[in-house]
Amino acid sequence: MEMRQILAEELEKLMAKNEDIVLLDADLSRANGLSNLKRRFPERAINVGIAEQNMACVAAGMSSYGMIPFISTFAPFATRRICDQIAISCSYARQNVKIIGTDPGISAEFNGGTHMSFEDIGVLRSIPGIVIFEPTDGTQLRKALPQITDYYGVVYIRMIRKLAPDVFDDACDFSIFKVSKLKDGQDLSIFCSGIMVSETLNAEKELQACGIDAEIINVHTIKPIDRTGIITSAKKTGAVLTVENHNVIGGLKSAICEVLMEECPVPLQSVGVEDKFGQVGKMPYLKECYNLQTSDIVKKALEVLSVKNGIKDA
Amino acid sequence: MDWISKCTEIRRLILKTIGTLGSGHIGGSLSIVELLVVLYEKHMNIDPQNPNMPGKDRLVVSKGHSGPAVYSVLCSKGYFGEEWLLTLNQPGTNLPSHCDMNKTPGIDMTTGSLGQGFSCAMGIAKASKLKNDGATIYTIIGDGESQEGQIWEAAMFAAQHKLDNVIAFTDYNKLQLDGEVSEICDIAPLDEKWRAFGWSVLVVEDGHDCEAIDEAITSTRFSSKPSMIILNTIKGKGISFAEAAGASNHSMQVTLDMMVAGLAELRGEA
Repeated sequence: MEMRQILAEELEKLMAKNEDIVLLDADLSRANGLSNLKRRFPERAINVGIAEQNMACVAAGMSSYGMIPFISTFAPFATRRICDQIAISCSYARQNVKIIGTDPGISAEFNGGTHMSFEDIGVLRSIPGIVIFEPTDGTQLRKALPQITDYYGVVYIRMIRKLAPDVFDDACDFSIFKVSKLKDGQDLSIFCSGIMVSETLNAEKELQACGIDAEIINVHTIKPIDRTGIITSAKKTGAVLTVENHNVIGGLKSAICEVLMEECPVPLQSVGVEDKFGQVGKMPYLKECYNLQTSDIVKKALEVLSVKNGIKDA
Repeated sequence: MDWISKCTEIRRLILKTIGTLGSGHIGGSLSIVELLVVLYEKHMNIDPQNPNMPGKDRLVVSKGHSGPAVYSVLCSKGYFGEEWLLTLNQPGTNLPSHCDMNKTPGIDMTTGSLGQGFSCAMGIAKASKLKNDGATIYTIIGDGESQEGQIWEAAMFAAQHKLDNVIAFTDYNKLQLDGEVSEICDIAPLDEKWRAFGWSVLVVEDGHDCEAIDEAITSTRFSSKPSMIILNTIKGKGISFAEAAGASNHSMQVTLDMMVAGLAELRGEA
């Protein structure tokens, strides 16, 4: 099932249970799969028009009245475009607004450079008080939404609209504030998020074939980051690779480096967008353009391992 | 109601608040004194003893730099003592330059980044409609602030959602930080703009005439649209040195001598 369908199903359940939940969108409810909710809850699911600044502040006002607004649009417009509204009316004013940004990074595909957010995590990460969550698959999204609703404060949900390969099963234990370990390993830690998790799992098979035992950890919540989960793994393996669908400046790599440099500096390499703008293309092409392929993850894993082993041998 | 002496009292508090600190946003604070007095003394359904009263009216001062005026009125209503006013912008104060709902009792929304408070007010009005609690949502914007595109996004939203529980005011003092609004990026004809955006519009020729403001607010009760009341005001109104400073009074130095002279003027001794 597509991620947007799962989002719609879960929001419908939450809105049926809690009359304070409202859903605002800026003319992308069809694209984001939320238009059925307008029929189900005509009073509480509102298209504000193409006016994202107003949407963010209307949501802040509704929150100040005790409601729980979810706002939704494409990732760049949910973050970069309304950065000040989120900073001041939502977070500085301590409101309870949930922000859904869809099609982050290369998943914007044919919408191209204008719609391809490689900076959204960086933009929001530097604003105090915002939880940044990127679901890996439908199961994780389903488990996260009730937790996000119960949590008071601003939460950014960075999610693709379409199919995400299944990574987790229903039995998995999930807390929004704890990393999810996908595989134990001894040689290096690979921290990954979003669409890059399944790419990392593919790379892990190749590494295993070379006799390398990688630990794979999904960092679905980039802020507040699970320091303990990251440090424990990095201390054990002594080498780290970060893998993300975002600029390497300001995103997952930056967040992990900040933790490790303070508490456990180890050799680190990254797979991510090297400070470039987006462009049109399907995902396989874009992965090739920005070095986000399985082979790039394998290559960088070997590089960081050789640094680690060089230090050991010296 | 003796509007005039109440307004003089609020001006005295504003001058003491800013004069004690030595500088502040005096111009746009003095231009909305009559409006705030009419709202708080007559129209707003609020209870300072019960600030979270369900269904209470709200005021969002979107031109958040007018904090000192709002604080003076809140103080006179008993939300906090006069000693608080002397802490404006001091370390750890509950009264920052710009309105902060999490610091100051009686402030309904955090404002200061222009254009945002007005949108927030429309969200509050929509929420009040959904909860059907009968509150009236008041909001004040500046004329310079009306250059923000977000004001007009919110204006369309309010008309679309028939937010007849909104009564908005423009403090049309014709001045912004750098000079005259008409010379920087004119907003005229302001009444026609708001009408075109689907609002019911009233213009009060003298925005310092409390009776006229009162009448305008009362007459909006019959509107089925959101209401915009445009108040022709004078930035720095009521204190000679502030009025004389023109656009420079947006945020200006107020020395001890100026404060003493201004207080004497307000006592009718000038």
